[in-house]
Amino acid sequence: MSAVGGNPVPLPAKRRGAQLLMLAFAVGIVMLAYANVGLALDDQIPAGMLGYGLGLGGLMLAAYLVLAKFAPWADPLILPLVTLVNGIGLVMIYRIQEGGEDLASASTQLFWTGAGIVMFTVTLIVLRDHRALQRMTYTAGFVGLALLIAPLLPFIGEERNGARIWINLGFSSLQPGEFTKLALVVFFAGYLVAKRDVLALAGRRLLFIDLPRARDLGPVLITWAVSLGVLILQKDLGSSLLLFGTFIAMLYIATQRTSWVLIGILLFVGGAILAGLAFSHVQDRFEVYLNPEDPALYERTYGSSFQLMQGLFAMASGGILGTGLGQGHPETIPLSFSDFIFTAAGEELGLTGLMALLLVYALIVERGLRTAIAARDPFSKLLAGGLSFILAWQIFIIVGGVTNLIPLTGLVTPFMSQGGSALLANWILIALLVRMSDAARRPPPQAIQDEGLTQVFQR
Amino acid sequence: MSELTLLLIRLAFLAVLWFFVIAAVSVIRTDLFGPRTATAPARKAAKAAARPTVKPKKGEPRQMVVTGGPLQGTIINLTETPITIGRANDATLVLSDDYASSRHARLFPQDGQWIVEDLGSTNGTYLDRSKVTRPTPVPLGVPIRIGKTVIELRK
Repeated sequence: MSAVGGNPVPLPAKRRGAQLLMLAFAVGIVMLAYANVGLALDDQIPAGMLGYGLGLGGLMLAAYLVLAKFAPWADPLILPLVTLVNGIGLVMIYRIQEGGEDLASASTQLFWTGAGIVMFTVTLIVLRDHRALQRMTYTAGFVGLALLIAPLLPFIGEERNGARIWINLGFSSLQPGEFTKLALVVFFAGYLVAKRDVLALAGRRLLFIDLPRARDLGPVLITWAVSLGVLILQKDLGSSLLLFGTFIAMLYIATQRTSWVLIGILLFVGGAILAGLAFSHVQDRFEVYLNPEDPALYERTYGSSFQLMQGLFAMASGGILGTGLGQGHPETIPLSFSDFIFTAAGEELGLTGLMALLLVYALIVERGLRTAIAARDPFSKLLAGGLSFILAWQIFIIVGGVTNLIPLTGLVTPFMSQGGSALLANWILIALLVRMSDAARRPPPQAIQDEGLTQVFQR
Repeated sequence: MSELTLLLIRLAFLAVLWFFVIAAVSVIRTDLFGPRTATAPARKAAKAAARPTVKPKKGEPRQMVVTGGPLQGTIINLTETPITIGRANDATLVLSDDYASSRHARLFPQDGQWIVEDLGSTNGTYLDRSKVTRPTPVPLGVPIRIGKTVIELRK
């Protein structure tokens, strides 16, 4: 480095080759799974295998090409990992559909996967610099709240399975809550970048905890009230827990103060007790959580533990190595294609397969958090941290729910469960992570010639 | 389809699934153990030689590490390009610190050394304990303080 224009500094590797290889590997695994289902069900390779595999492979190749063109420094692992879970989800839905479940439809899910990849590429192409989102902090907050209350409006709102979280667009229905979480994470990130100093520094110390000032509690209390509102008005336990938990985690990332986590947990426990006293369906869930094997709870008509127990039975019959794809009985689990897809996968792939799936999810989250660490400005750090956390938190809530680790709340398993809105929203989330990892890993611009005191800036 | 074939397919599928996970981990191995470059042995030797004498001067810094403040943990690889630090959006390291100026300081390489220069900031740049008043060479491992942020150069 003695003279400018000497040996060029080795640039960090882009790892595009590794990415393409892993992507092909992921598509290969999905095709193998598909063939396995066909062999087990009808003794033959399914007829649509070639078209199906080529379809998924073509979609992923398109996503890869867009990524290589518009985000060349992006993390090499995120896309292949997401491809694998999305593909395994598709195979499970196909398998459940073949098993005689009318509501499961693999072709619809494949269509939505395609739409998700279109959203992924559009996000990457349109959003060249994610810091543009910082300028839209309050717009994002407003959009998030509007999407949150949209299902409550007359005419367009719809109630299904006891939760009012749908809007009817005429040609199809949408779950705006899935997009709410993206908008709100953008809002939280922008808001906390602006306000974190006052939240982190003001206050006094009591015992081992730095207590914040009473007036700084405002944002926490407002988020708490909003998530309680979601719970009360939409009867949607999962989303309420998801939003509040994410806000607390981002507050902690921004301020590094344990007191916020403690306050958050206290508020959550308070809210949960209030909700438990006020609403019978919350009480039902809690009773089921404590004693799922109680015959009275198993057989009651409303809010029974039937679904949870069927899921647990399924995972038990899968054991360590599983029954094999296409050889289990997912038709015995209600909603096995959406909320309970993880137990259906658990029966057929066993503990071994579930652990691999969870590790794939963990790796996606790890890549996201890694992006947050490498990011060079606070907004990107908070946004990447928040998006990775919301993904991890959602997986924890639903997997913990179906395995009876925590009370069951209805949330989709990201990328696996059947559902268009969730797929679209999660692919946009992945596009944002990819965009940020591109910005974080991109080396600073190289001097073109001996420029002396002139500097090359990166915008 | 016979039971045995299905059993074999099942085990093969699980093995392939785990192989995928292991392959994914090996792709990001560099995160855990650092990059493996062709010059690795030479670098290791240099490091071994440098270790007994903690005082720097030997070898050139390769990374700028943020060791304190809100951006703690950020690593910027040093190339031949100067690094600018400040609140401006086009700075290499963007601070969100009320005590930092929009163009606070810059670091640039000169004759094998990295020099820190204060760009007329309001609250000053500190190299270890002393205020930087003119371009000063930065030894390895000596903290540079800008507002609440602390950075240092490492190999």
